[in-house]
Amino acid sequence: MFAREEDVLEAAAGWRREGRGVALATVVETWGSAPRPVGSHLAVDEEGNFLGSVSGGCVEGAVVTEAAEVIADGQARMLEFGVADATAWEVGLSCGGRISVYVEKVA
Amino acid sequence: MELALLERLNAERAARRATILVTEIGSGRQRLVTPAEAPSDPLAERLAEGFRTGRSALVDLGNERVFLTVQVPSPRLVITGAVHISQALVPMATGAGFDVTIVDPRTAFATPERFPGVDLRAEWPEVVLPELALDPFTAVAALTHDPKIDDGMLAEALARGCFYVGALGSRRTHATRVERLAGLGVSREDLARIHAPIGLDIGAVSPAEIAVSILAEVIGVLRRRPAAREQAA
Repeated sequence: MFAREEDVLEAAAGWRREGRGVALATVVETWGSAPRPVGSHLAVDEEGNFLGSVSGGCVEGAVVTEAAEVIADGQARMLEFGVADATAWEVGLSCGGRISVYVEKVA
Repeated sequence: MELALLERLNAERAARRATILVTEIGSGRQRLVTPAEAPSDPLAERLAEGFRTGRSALVDLGNERVFLTVQVPSPRLVITGAVHISQALVPMATGAGFDVTIVDPRTAFATPERFPGVDLRAEWPEVVLPELALDPFTAVAALTHDPKIDDGMLAEALARGCFYVGALGSRRTHATRVERLAGLGVSREDLARIHAPIGLDIGAVSPAEIAVSILAEVIGVLRRRPAAREQAA
């Protein structure tokens, strides 16, 4: 199903109410031709199920992996993706843009 | 984020109320701010800007950074007329992110069989308007060709500052409509806001093509004019 931003936040709350570990990723900054606008959300559960997108598919895998860590230790993290930040992350954005993604646990 | 805070955020959105979630990146502390609370908040200016533009943003305060998750009501499309064009328009508008409501007192048209899963009100606009609570985040498309149904909805849409108001019908039909509405006390300035004939001029012929032209026009107004959001802020 095609998910809207509000569906993502509803899903995050619903999953948490069911007792699942949940993290919420939010695009907080973009530079250049980033594929998703600031404020876009990705909800991730402890098993790696996710809804929404932060990049149109380029870096979701890395965000989901990092979300598992956030769910485990409860510490929010700021992730940076993009051509200029290849040292920090193996993945990049094919569009040449850069994005910062804030990942927090839904407690 | 605490689940209770996320649930409040979701509840505000479901009630079509604007709200901003403030997240201090360094500490992870969060708070929810309503438009009424914003003026007395330390971030008053940035919050006002958020409510006005509807855009989330990272704010650098020098010693710390905060992220504003700005939530304004999702755009809504209210249609009068459970007609053929509406049948094509509903799935398109829903897919583009609009909450859609159809109003048509003619029970032969307004049937769940013709509009499965749609918020369908088989009532006169006068009856349903109080609970629909039209607002600046709502677009109204009058598609019945019947003044008894369309006129009341159009007058209310203009009075409530709906961001888009469109009406089906030729230029001649519209000219008589304008005179009727003026007779009801609608100002000339407001009447000039009605998009008529409705839809972008793409030479649309079939109901589905007309639906595309209407939705494209609605999106154009939503994305290009900040007016709707400024009125709501």
